[in-house]
Parts: sequence; structure tokens; C-alpha cells
Amino acid sequence: MFKILNILNLLFLVSFAQAQVTKGSLLIKNGTILTVTKGNMENSDLLVENGKITKMGKGLVAPAGAQTIDATGKFIMPGIIDAHSHIGIDVVNEASRPSTADVWVGDALDPLDLSVYRALAGGVTASHAMHGSANAVGGECETIKHRYGTLNPEEMRMEGAPRTIKFALGENPMRVHGEGNRIVPATRMGVEQVFRKGFEEAKAYMASWETYEKEKVKNPAAVKPVYNKRHETMAEILKGNIIIHCHSYRSDEILMLLNVCKDYQIKRLVFQHTNEGFKVAPELAAYGAMASVFADWWAYKFEVYYSTAYNAAILTKNGVVTSINSDSEEYIRHLYHEAAKTQRYGSLSDEEALALITINPAKQLGIDQRVGSLEVGKDADIAIFDGHPLSIYAVPQYTIVDGVVRFNRSKDAADQRLQASATRAETGFFLHKEQHNHDRCLEGAFENTATFFGLERE
Amino acid sequence: MKINVVFTLVFTLALTHSFGQVKKSTKGTFALTNATIETVTKGTVSGTLIISEGKITALGSNVTIPSGANVIDCKGMFIYPGMIDGGTQLGIVEVSSISLTDDSDELGELTPHMEAITAFNTSATAVSVTRVDGITTTLVVPQGGLFPGTASLVNLVGYTPDQIYAGFKGVVLNFPGAGRRGFWDRRTDEELKKEEEKALKQLNDVWTEALYYVQVTDAAAKDPSIKVASNPEMARIAEVIRGKMTLLIETNKSSDIEAAIKWAQDKKVAKVVLTGVAEGWRVADKIAKSGFPVITGPIIALPTRESDNYDKAYANPGIMSKAGVKVAIRTNDQENVRNLPFHAGFAAAYGMSKVDALKSVTIVPAEIFGVADKLGSLEVGKLASIMVTTGDPLEPKTQIKYLFIDGWIVPLDSRHIQLYEEFLNRSPGLKK
Repeated sequence: MFKILNILNLLFLVSFAQAQVTKGSLLIKNGTILTVTKGNMENSDLLVENGKITKMGKGLVAPAGAQTIDATGKFIMPGIIDAHSHIGIDVVNEASRPSTADVWVGDALDPLDLSVYRALAGGVTASHAMHGSANAVGGECETIKHRYGTLNPEEMRMEGAPRTIKFALGENPMRVHGEGNRIVPATRMGVEQVFRKGFEEAKAYMASWETYEKEKVKNPAAVKPVYNKRHETMAEILKGNIIIHCHSYRSDEILMLLNVCKDYQIKRLVFQHTNEGFKVAPELAAYGAMASVFADWWAYKFEVYYSTAYNAAILTKNGVVTSINSDSEEYIRHLYHEAAKTQRYGSLSDEEALALITINPAKQLGIDQRVGSLEVGKDADIAIFDGHPLSIYAVPQYTIVDGVVRFNRSKDAADQRLQASATRAETGFFLHKEQHNHDRCLEGAFENTATFFGLERE
Repeated sequence: MKINVVFTLVFTLALTHSFGQVKKSTKGTFALTNATIETVTKGTVSGTLIISEGKITALGSNVTIPSGANVIDCKGMFIYPGMIDGGTQLGIVEVSSISLTDDSDELGELTPHMEAITAFNTSATAVSVTRVDGITTTLVVPQGGLFPGTASLVNLVGYTPDQIYAGFKGVVLNFPGAGRRGFWDRRTDEELKKEEEKALKQLNDVWTEALYYVQVTDAAAKDPSIKVASNPEMARIAEVIRGKMTLLIETNKSSDIEAAIKWAQDKKVAKVVLTGVAEGWRVADKIAKSGFPVITGPIIALPTRESDNYDKAYANPGIMSKAGVKVAIRTNDQENVRNLPFHAGFAAAYGMSKVDALKSVTIVPAEIFGVADKLGSLEVGKLASIMVTTGDPLEPKTQIKYLFIDGWIVPLDSRHIQLYEEFLNRSPGLKK
């Protein structure tokens, strides 16, 4: 672990200046374009210049030197976006306090994470690298683009993406802090008060700065309030500058946070997992809160026992902007298939199902002006499949980020690791058996992770 | 014919509009007409399929509908055999993080006599959630330890072990040397090697003891003066040694798979099935040469090594199948066994033929479990374990319209469906 941190530190030093994002130009010829927002275009071309989509139509010509991809018989869709994952980062949880609004996942980006390449192999071009769910208020998250190949963590950031923060309700913060540390919250009542206390402190903090700024004019010797990063971040939420992404399962706790946000006039709110979102879909829709859900995960712990695989369909049909997320380095590789499950469970249309993994997660991350659909002017983040992406038989062939081909199935070599590291030096055998029984969200929340992952049980 | 149409209507209404009534499985004579019948073993047939006394009694284009039969018009629909998952913890784990609802893993290394079917909760919420997606039969597999217990094949309809038992049992052996379970597993190579050797020695010691038990009990059968103390552990392994029971050998790492094959051949185990087999693709030829069938899965999974292609878990069944291995697919899941067709679908997307993928969840597991005379395909004389679908059952978009398990027509109802019906248009809605 130390070694990788050293490598990362070194990389930071080498590239301290603003990262230069690599952008490409190319022409995709003669495919079926699934724009998601503006219908489908048969036998059409898509032109990318310097990382942006510049033309869509028939008979387009490639600029000199630009690569051409023949997409005859293939389907071209917007790059898939995962609104909840933990790939591309080196740590997940700062599980030391019920509120850690002062930490930021963006400080722990890991360009060596092979999971990013494997996500590309599933057509995923951007993801929301989130803090974990150990704390009621977790840290700030980072929206990353899957520019796998760069060794520069700075280049992973999606430049200009809004700030987001992780909140968490229910069993995880209750278990870590209430059961584990014997401090509030041990119940869902306690979780509510962590938020209310945090916002009250932030308001008082803002007021103290305002008082100081006013007094400074009259009195140059006025004493500055003590800087507090945690209060700063909570204050930015109150000002509407940070989107809350809240890990949640039960309908009661979802309503609780809705009410807290109402009281503090916080508008930008996305619920994550939201297994019981279907029960409060009218309330979510009325508030304009969004929901990011699993396609079919349930029953791995008690708070997800009363779930339904029809969740995404119910939310969608009730007017909630809904996405399907992975929370897993495995599931992120087939979000197109997870989206397809909403056609079995709730008969969503192709367009509705595809929106769940493209434009809707883009809206939830506040990046829908840039990505999430195929439109002229948008970033050239594109996935090309050999069949309709909602078919079980479809296989991603190319994944393109900013006009650069980052995954090409015909050129997939066995070992795609960028570089050996202390934590990833081995080519050892790992059987990922019980992966979905545990929240990756809770990784690092317990000292003895071996016990947590059930290793000792076997 | 008119009478039949009326009958159909009444019947369909009874099935779908039993508001306020508990939906129950029923038995009877059924005629599924105008269907495309995918037999799996004997090609595609257009026409009618008759179910009577719980069995398929006729199918084809020239079939007489028995008088009094419930006629279900399947125009535009497809009939497939119900799917069989060759390895699950469905019914023995309700909520995996709550240990007292997990009956899959008894204490101890040597518990081959633990019967998974004993702990199978026929009313587990996940049972109906699973079967409405066309999975009619599952292997319930205990886990943990060297010999975790005895797995049972069950049909997902019925309320007692006798009612659900589908005719196969097998003793599970977790073959030593499972490797690291993730990046968090920090055991050194030496520690792993030591544990593997210790486990292998333990396995061989158990086997030697079981061989001795066989000798003693054989002798006791001829000589009443020889008394043998009750030893349920050895008695169960003795059934494997005597060739009466199948040994399900769970093994995943390529070197372990090879070692397991060699071990089973050295011990001359009569009935062997390899399960897991995540790295089967590395040693596919050797597995094929052994002749041992394989139940592999999950297919929708990460590769076992970071240095492997991203799609190796998807491609594994196809590679083994092409090498000549008999391959069935399992989910190795509990609450999401309903994803079985999608695991088969991914196998097909990444190299297995579509026909083989469908077989890997129907006739192949039926053959491996020795129940192909009853399950796994649509043939006259087999049990009516059948799904009527709107299309290819491996496609997510496909809907299942009717379901028969072991001759019973099963209501397409589950808690997931009930919640959908209750909450799609919630009442009261936003305002009370």
C-alpha cells in the first residue's frame, strides 16, 4: 500500500500542472446510431473531431489522417455512465467519524486500476468514483472519465464536472458507528440528526464568516473564525454547489432525507441504491430527487429484503429520473445487460432502458450537457456493440473516450495492466465468490477486512 | 373448438384475475396450442403440446386435444423446457448477511451427511421469485469445509422434501487448494501451500478411513457377529466409494482442477462431476480427456487473474464445450438464481453456440444428474416442467407467460411482482 502511494505521489509531482486531456478525431461509418435523446439513425455516420461529436448523418468524410471505424451491422450508443462505483480509486472509506465531509476521493485516484479497463470493455466511459457508505456524511466524490492508459491521476478527472458528496443511511453507518464504535448513529433516528447537526453547524460557520467579513471593514484586528473544512463542505451543499448522492435502501429513511433537504432548501439530491424507492416514487418525483438503483440486487441484507426488480420501471413510470448503477467492479462491466433487465421487469422501452445508463446518470452527476447522448457538440464518449446493446448476445467492440479508442475488442491482449505495483504485483488466482453479498461501499470500514469478507468462515 | 376457446378465456381469467385470492398451483389436463415448441433434443416443432397427469403426453402438429382439457392458446409464443440450475444455495439462505438465516454451512470439515434438502425452505421468498423466470429445478448445494454435505436436486413446487425432491443427490467435496479469494487475502504463497497440503492429507486420510469403513461394513453384511458403530459421515462417503452416489468435486484453479482429476482417477471414483471449474479454459483438453462432466458458474463474473483477458469467465463454458467437455451452467447464487438464463446468454455471446448454451441449462444438467428421462427437454413421457415464453428465454426482453413445474401449473406470482402491482400506481398516491 505504501509503495502504490509513493508511485502516486511521484506521478502527482511529475504532472503537478493541469493535466492535458488526450483527444482524438475519427469517423464511425454506417452503423445504427442510438442517440438515446433523439431517436435512432439507421446506416449513419458519426464524425468526431478533437474529442467532440461534430457531425452525424450519411456520407460523412473523414478528415485527413483520422481513423475510420466501419460500423456496418453494428450499434453505436453513448458511452455508458455509472453513477455509483468505486473503481479508479485507491481507498473507499474514511470510516473514522459519522461525518467526514472534509475528505475527498479525488485525493486518491488510481490510474493503474485494471477495473477501469474492464469497465471500458463493457462500454462504460465515465463513472462516479464514490466515497463509501460507512459514515452518514462521507467524503466528496470524483466523476472520472475512463481514460485508461494515462498514468496521470489528474487526467482521470472529468474536468468541469460538478462537485458531489456521499451521504449514507441505514445499516452501514449504524453498524460502523453505532454497533462498532458505540456512538451515534446506532439507529435511523440518529442518522437524521447527524445531517441536521452538520447543516446547523455549517449555517453557524457561514454566519461567523459573514460577521467576520463585515467586522473586518470596521476593525482590521477582527479575529478570523477557525477554518473548518467539514463545515465548509456542508456549507457548499447548502449553497447548492455540491450534489448529494445518498446511499439508501428503505422508504422511511429516503423520506427522512427528503424532509431534511426540504428544511434546508437543498434541491440537488440523488438517492443511491434506493431499493425501496419504488414505494415513495411520487414523493421523489414531486421533489425532483433522482434515483440510482440496482437492476435486481436484493436479500443480501435485511434492509434490501423487501425489494423488487421492478424498482427501476416503477420509478421511471412515476417520473423519477432513474439510473442503474453497479457499485461493483464486476457489474460495471455489463450495465447494458443490467439495463436490459428492466425490459423483463416492467417492460421499459429500448429508449427508456438505455436512458438508465446514459443520459439519466449524466443528469444525476450534472454532466448531461457534455455526455449521456449522441448529439453534435457533445463529448465523443461512445460505445460500439456488434448487436443491439440490450440483447444478451451483444458484445461491446469499441469504447471511445474523447474521440480516443480506449478499448478495441479485436486488440484485447491478455494482460492489460499498466504497471505492476505493490498491491497488484501478483497474477495470483482470486475467486470472487461472494462479491455481491457485501457492499464494496463498506470497504475499509473495518480493520479486519478478512473477517468482513467472510474469509475466516471458510 | 368454441367450447375450448371459452374454456381458455375462463381459465386465463381465473389465473390472472384472482384478486383477493391466494394463488395456488394446480394440476390438470392442458393443451398448449398453436405454439412453437423448442424441444431442445428433437428440434423445433409447430403445434400443440398436451400435459396430462403431470406429464407431456403428446406434442406435434397433429395432436388430438383430450376432452375436458384446459386449452391455452399459445399463438406467437414459444414452449421451452424449464431451466435447471446446477448449483445454488436457493432455499437454504434467506438473507445472507444474517447468519441465522443461512443454513448452507454447517460447522466442521467432515459433514458429508448434512442434507441440504432438510434445510430447504419451500416457502422462501426467493423460491417464487426464481421460478417465475422459468427456473423450474435447482441443485441445492451445502458449502464450507472439506465435505460440506449432500446436495439435492429439487423442483421448485411443493411443500415437503418428498414433494420437491427431483431424483438426484450428490456428495460435495471442496477439493483442497482454493487459492486467494481477493486482494484482501494476504496469506503468503507458503501459507497457502501449507494449507493446501494439509487439506489434501486430510482428504486422503478421510478416504482411507472410508475405504476401511466399506470393508468393515461389507464384512458385517456377511457376518452378523461383526458390529459396526454408527458413523454417518463414513456411511455417506461409502456410498460414493460404492458407486451409488455422485461426488461433486468443487475446484476452480487450473492446477487444482488437474489435481482433482488425477485424484478422482487414482481413487477410481465411479461417478464424478467437476463443479465451479472457473479456470477450466486453461485445462479444457485435460478435462475433456477425463470424461468428467462439468457444472460451471457463475459465468457473469470477473476473471480469476488480473493478467487474464477481461472476458475469460464469460468465455469459459464455450472453450470447454468446444474441447469436448460436457458443460452445464450454474449461477452459484441464492436470491438471484433467476439470472441463470443470462449466465447462459453470456456464455453464448462469448463463444458457446446458442444451442449449447440452452442445453447447458436444460438437457445437459438433466443428463449429468441422471434425470434426463424426466427433465431437460420436451419429449413425450417427460415431466411437464415447461415455460411458455414470448421468445428466446435467454433474452432479458422475453416474458414468461405460463409456467409448469413437475406437472403443476404454477401462478406467475412472487413478492417482486406483488410489489410492482401495488406500487406502480400507488394508492393513495402523493395526496391522501
